[in-house]
Amino acid sequence: MDKNRKVHQFKNPVLNWIEFRLPIISYFKKEYGDYPMPKNCNYFWSFGALATITLVTMIVSGIFLAMNYTPHTDMAFDSVERIMRDVNYGWLMRYIHSNGAAFFFIIVYIHIVRAMYFGSYKYPRELNWILGVFIFLLMMATSFLGYTLPWGQMSYWGATVITNLFSAIPFIGEGLKTWLLGDYNVGNATLNRFFALHYVLPFVIFGVVGLHVAAVHVHGSNNPDGIDIKTNNDSVNFFPYMLIKDTVAMCAFGVAISAVIFFGPNLMAEVDNYIPADPLVTPAHIVPNWYLAPFYAILRAVPDKLGGVLLMFGAIVILFVLPWLDRSKVRSCNYRPIYKWFMMGFFVNFFALGYVGMLPAEGLYLLIARVGLLYYFGFFFIITPFVGWIEKPTKLPLSISDVYAKNIAPNIGGGEKGMPAPAMQKDTNL
Amino acid sequence: MAKKPKNKRRDFLQLSTVTLGAVGTAAFIWPFLKSMSPAEDTLAAGSTEVDISAIEEGQSITIKWRGKPVFIKKRTKDEIDAAKMVQASDLRDPQDDADRVQKEEWLVLVGVCTHLGCVPLGQKVSDMKGDYDGWYCPCHGSHYDTSGRIRKGPAPKNLDVPPYTFLNDNTIKIG
Repeated sequence: MDKNRKVHQFKNPVLNWIEFRLPIISYFKKEYGDYPMPKNCNYFWSFGALATITLVTMIVSGIFLAMNYTPHTDMAFDSVERIMRDVNYGWLMRYIHSNGAAFFFIIVYIHIVRAMYFGSYKYPRELNWILGVFIFLLMMATSFLGYTLPWGQMSYWGATVITNLFSAIPFIGEGLKTWLLGDYNVGNATLNRFFALHYVLPFVIFGVVGLHVAAVHVHGSNNPDGIDIKTNNDSVNFFPYMLIKDTVAMCAFGVAISAVIFFGPNLMAEVDNYIPADPLVTPAHIVPNWYLAPFYAILRAVPDKLGGVLLMFGAIVILFVLPWLDRSKVRSCNYRPIYKWFMMGFFVNFFALGYVGMLPAEGLYLLIARVGLLYYFGFFFIITPFVGWIEKPTKLPLSISDVYAKNIAPNIGGGEKGMPAPAMQKDTNL
Repeated sequence: MAKKPKNKRRDFLQLSTVTLGAVGTAAFIWPFLKSMSPAEDTLAAGSTEVDISAIEEGQSITIKWRGKPVFIKKRTKDEIDAAKMVQASDLRDPQDDADRVQKEEWLVLVGVCTHLGCVPLGQKVSDMKGDYDGWYCPCHGSHYDTSGRIRKGPAPKNLDVPPYTFLNDNTIKIG
């Protein structure tokens, strides 16, 4: 034990008492008080905080739903209807939870787009990116498990289709599928374990989020210009400047999600899921949740079972190695005149894949899915390494404060140049 | 040099501790993994007897066996001929019609698409039956012929034939 440890001194004796025994006060002061944020960060940098808040909301609403839910094939559907009709504010809990899941994905997709466009995944934040992709994977697994629980037609057949993906694996596939289901088809054993896993995985996500945040705090946040903080003049303290800015973003988010919860709670729901699960009748058209649709489109674009499954999982796994596929040292696409357009093309392509993933896999839709699949993998394997090699980046600004003085400060107070609202300047008078 | 025997002893202790720990952990994990496999009562799900006397020629019924749909179809002459005419070697999952039926007018199939597990259409008169007049899976577009063999689409295998026996002319025991 370190006898020479320097103990922080606070004015409040209670804080001092705690700090001496557990230095948690100084930890929070360092990580969430004095933590320097680049002062050119725009509202894209609020989505990490939004995602954390949404995760907590999902966990809380989920725990309260679990108090009234019954994970049995004979009772699950009815228990969800009871939550909707008889449990006090049950409808609110359920609509917060179901729409919260959709908004969680919206936020995380924007968070990922931010990281990709501004090159946040590059040195020295590669591990941070890997943890992020891991969180994304856990989120997809958790949402899939949760979608099974209401035991409607889409729940049942969605679970059937997804678990059958594992049967594509040669030799061990069928056995693995049976082991995962605990039966030869989706049944009570499956529903039971899906509920158990759906309950525990969010806490695993919470843990990985902790690592994700700890990792970003080591080298600090990236910023729209992708250059490092060099002097104190380049940054503002997290408290109060970023906290206030994140609070504004949270208010806007609250308005958006409330609008959906209260005025269109079933906008993103599938009608067929209000029909109880029937193992003998497949719905005419099985639709995944929209936030998983791009990957579903890739699965269906391949006319071979194993090939489709491999490419679908490959589409996610490829994200892990993005930091090493991109050879360019310049982080922000704002300074990459060629790659910038391919990157935007990637986002449009991903959106298009999601769109056709919700439609029947035939004719033009199938063609779009196949072109989209080629671009998706081409972007990672050919465009990203190659463009980094031939592209000549535009000149990077000298410092963040330089960018701030030239581009942001003149726009404060109704500039029309379209830069998002700037972070507040550090005011030494305060 | 005097140290060497001592190091060897230390190495042995370390290695045996780690090995024993690893084997012990693995042995302890096994019951947990195995508990996720189908339970005894699930495995014991028995057989089903079906009365087929009321099925007309060309008609098909769906019954539930071990939680899965099973199709029992009394095929027409045309359907049998169509199934027999196909060269097995031209198929993705080569199999003669004769190997898939016990009595050629009775076709018994597990009604689960071998792609991703949907129930194919084709049981009702109004259903789409696909390009080969058998069954059509609406999920990802697999076409099956009048012998339940995969002809077109992503599914890798023919529809499964469950184990069954004719108890008499009017009763089939499945399982």
